Amino acid sequence: MSEYFWLIPFFPAVSSLILVIFGRWLPKKYVSIQAPLAVFLSFLFGLKAFLSLNQSHLETEGPALVKTLFSWIHSGQFQIDFTFWFDPLTAVMVLVVSGVGFIIHVYSVGYMAEDRSYTRYFSLLNLFTFAMLLLVMSQNVVLMFVGWEGVGLCSYLLIGFWFEKPAAASAGKKAFIVNRIGDAAFILGIFFLIINLKTASFPEINHALLSGQVSPALATLIGLLLFIGATGKSAQIPLYVWLPDAMEGPTPVSALIHAATMVTAGVYMVSRFNLLYSYSSAASDVIAIIGALTAVYAGTIALTQNDIKRVLAYSTISQIGYMFLGCGVGAYAAGMFHLYTHAFFKSLLFLAAGSVMHALSGELDMRKMGGLKKYLPLTYPTFLIGAITIAGVPFFSGFFSKDAILTQCYAQGKYLLWALGLVGAVITAFYMFRLIFLTFHGQERFSAEVRHHLRESPPVMTIPLIILAFFSVVAGYVGLPVVFGHNLNWFEQFLEPVIKGKAEAHLTLSMEWLLIIVSVAVALTGIALAYLLYQKSPLLPHQLVRRFPRFYRLLLNKYYVDEIYEAAFVQPLVRGSEAIYYGFDLPVIDGAVNGSARLTAFFGRILSLFQTGQVRDYALIFLIGVALILGLVIF
Amino acid sequence: MAEKMAAFLFFLFAIVSLAAIMGMIFSRHQAHNALFLAVAFTALGGLFALLNAPFIAAVQIIIYAGAIMVLFIFVIMMIDLRQPLPAAKKRWIYWLGAGLMIVVLTELLFVLRSLPSVNSSAEPDFGSPRALGQILFTKYLYAFEITSILIVAALVGSLYLARRKEKD
Amino acid sequence: MPPASFFILSCVLFSMGGVAFLIKRDLITQFMAIEIMLNGANLALVAAAKLWGSLAGQVLVFFVITVAAAEAAVGLAIILLIYRQKKNIRSEEINQLKG
Repeated sequence: MSEYFWLIPFFPAVSSLILVIFGRWLPKKYVSIQAPLAVFLSFLFGLKAFLSLNQSHLETEGPALVKTLFSWIHSGQFQIDFTFWFDPLTAVMVLVVSGVGFIIHVYSVGYMAEDRSYTRYFSLLNLFTFAMLLLVMSQNVVLMFVGWEGVGLCSYLLIGFWFEKPAAASAGKKAFIVNRIGDAAFILGIFFLIINLKTASFPEINHALLSGQVSPALATLIGLLLFIGATGKSAQIPLYVWLPDAMEGPTPVSALIHAATMVTAGVYMVSRFNLLYSYSSAASDVIAIIGALTAVYAGTIALTQNDIKRVLAYSTISQIGYMFLGCGVGAYAAGMFHLYTHAFFKSLLFLAAGSVMHALSGELDMRKMGGLKKYLPLTYPTFLIGAITIAGVPFFSGFFSKDAILTQCYAQGKYLLWALGLVGAVITAFYMFRLIFLTFHGQERFSAEVRHHLRESPPVMTIPLIILAFFSVVAGYVGLPVVFGHNLNWFEQFLEPVIKGKAEAHLTLSMEWLLIIVSVAVALTGIALAYLLYQKSPLLPHQLVRRFPRFYRLLLNKYYVDEIYEAAFVQPLVRGSEAIYYGFDLPVIDGAVNGSARLTAFFGRILSLFQTGQVRDYALIFLIGVALILGLVIF
Repeated sequence: MAEKMAAFLFFLFAIVSLAAIMGMIFSRHQAHNALFLAVAFTALGGLFALLNAPFIAAVQIIIYAGAIMVLFIFVIMMIDLRQPLPAAKKRWIYWLGAGLMIVVLTELLFVLRSLPSVNSSAEPDFGSPRALGQILFTKYLYAFEITSILIVAALVGSLYLARRKEKD
Repeated sequence: MPPASFFILSCVLFSMGGVAFLIKRDLITQFMAIEIMLNGANLALVAAAKLWGSLAGQVLVFFVITVAAAEAAVGLAIILLIYRQKKNIRSEEINQLKG
């Protein structure tokens, strides 16, 4: 049955189509079953395909599961087909997307139960799943780009799901436009790739790279262009600005698209092109530097935010920075590992936050929460597990994946990046536990009205939380570091056939232990600081703010980057467009169109002068015609 | 001799008709115009006769000079035409038109240069009522019948149009 | 008599009818001018019938005369109506279809 793996993207596609066409007449209960079921079927098929992956076959001949559905573009020598394949890298992505996607679909049944556009929501969520699966299962970069654009579209549609809210509508627009800027670079990268390598399919690209057809300069150019596209899709510096705004969308959307799947597409892409990036140290360095910088930068902003979802959004940006850091130093398996664990704990965090909001009748501001521990007996522990995991506490999955990245940084000799990673880890632990303390501990700062409606979420929402919490804990055990024994990193070994461009580096066992201890120390420091500031002496944060008001404001206002972009890019474009509109479009183009109408009217008016209503005049004109025609005939 | 006679008659009738029409053009009184026209039609009838079309000549005189002109005169009588016409505006354009007509005339005459000068009509009863009737009731029967319907329609139409309206 | 002269005469008649139509300013006389033009055509037809020895020309003239009569009846009725409406028959004043 694994030869039917190519059906994986089509289950959600068909489901989405059915919901779009017939949605109006389908009962809610039916939709609640069909939409998640479609994703579950994708997961099952993915699982079967995963189990059928044969290691030795992959090493020698590449993936066994390849299926071309039809020949798509055929131009002379150049051909692009609609081809799916299933190799280990794809397997990781498919299982994550369909697995976590399924859980989030189930959660959404509860969360969106009272929304009046219930069916539209699920049709879009299914459509997104289809596009994402298309992205990760495509065998060539052009088909991948189709999926890339598709998820961007669904992101826009889902962020602006409540489009009657102006904030949501403009957030959707912002996401799409910023993404588009990245996509422009991505397309350029594809063009350069196709022009120089005459192919777009991954196996052929790798073949060309191995046979020396690609100069480092070309690899750098293509790599950088593709990466710029990734900064847009995966919200890194400089194109991350859409992700915090994207929190206007429903919380499950934030969990699925802006935590677990779409934003990780950039990481997948870089991993897919690992051989290309290994040929360009410049591009890889850029990726690593931007990843590290983004990790710290976004973390600092998360420190001061009061909106619970904004904190998580900046946290996502920061964590993806770690993934790119891993890929940038050549540790693609580590980057993918973090992608995999992050999918679990970040979606857990978002869904749990959604549960909190649901319980508090939609409150987002942490300043109006507090002491929820005793009211939410299921949400609190799962949220806490998520926080512990992301902070990097040992034996939870986040620790294994983050540590893998940082160890590889150090092993490659990139000490500065490693240090930045550590700084980011402290900040991460700190802001995460700040969130925990503010939300669940301390004084209750919400109104009596909210208190009245406060209750734990229904099982359809809490069971997914429990499942995700479970995976957040255990998922890391597939990638044990060397200190626990050699060859226990099954994750890395699994991805071995695909990651041809990885960087080799080895450290002594004692060095590895040292690095682990440093990571743990850093995590615990962050937690302790948070405890100090928010539990033990809650007045301390306010004092700090008073001492450094400008610094605080800078962080709170996200370094004013949105305002800078607005002034530097948006306003000039708007003014320029207005100038062109008033200066050219209206007078010249409208003028031409209106002018031709006026010209016609003018000629009509002239001609109407001949219509005097008098028979004699008409006879005269007759006569002129007769004279002319006779003359023509005779002479 | 017959030739001379024919030529003389031709010129006679031609001059009469032309003179009558000139008179019609130059005269200002509608009644005079009508009478001039009647004379012209009669002369034309004579011309038809010269052309071996006796039946047509008779029809021309009876219908045209007799019926149509009488209709004209009836209408002229019913209309009060004593008011003089006001000063004409933009008269020049119509003189231009008249000149244009001369141009058309010239063009038409040009056409005539390529006319064959065959002089047939051998049958003795060419144009006689018998010959005409024969062809009318066989080959051109449809046209004949339809024309009669046309006449009825014109009759009813003009009766209806010109009726006196009741004053209510 | 050469047939050409008949044709010349018919052309002259036709043109004079046209001239009369353009110059005159009252409806009745203009209508009469039209009748002249018709007659010019009739003359040409009859001459042609003789020239080519076909009675079709005369038959056509027969019909032309008939139709002219019908037309004259209806036309004059209309002129009467116009007179009743406007109390004169100046063709210059009939311009309701202007523009």
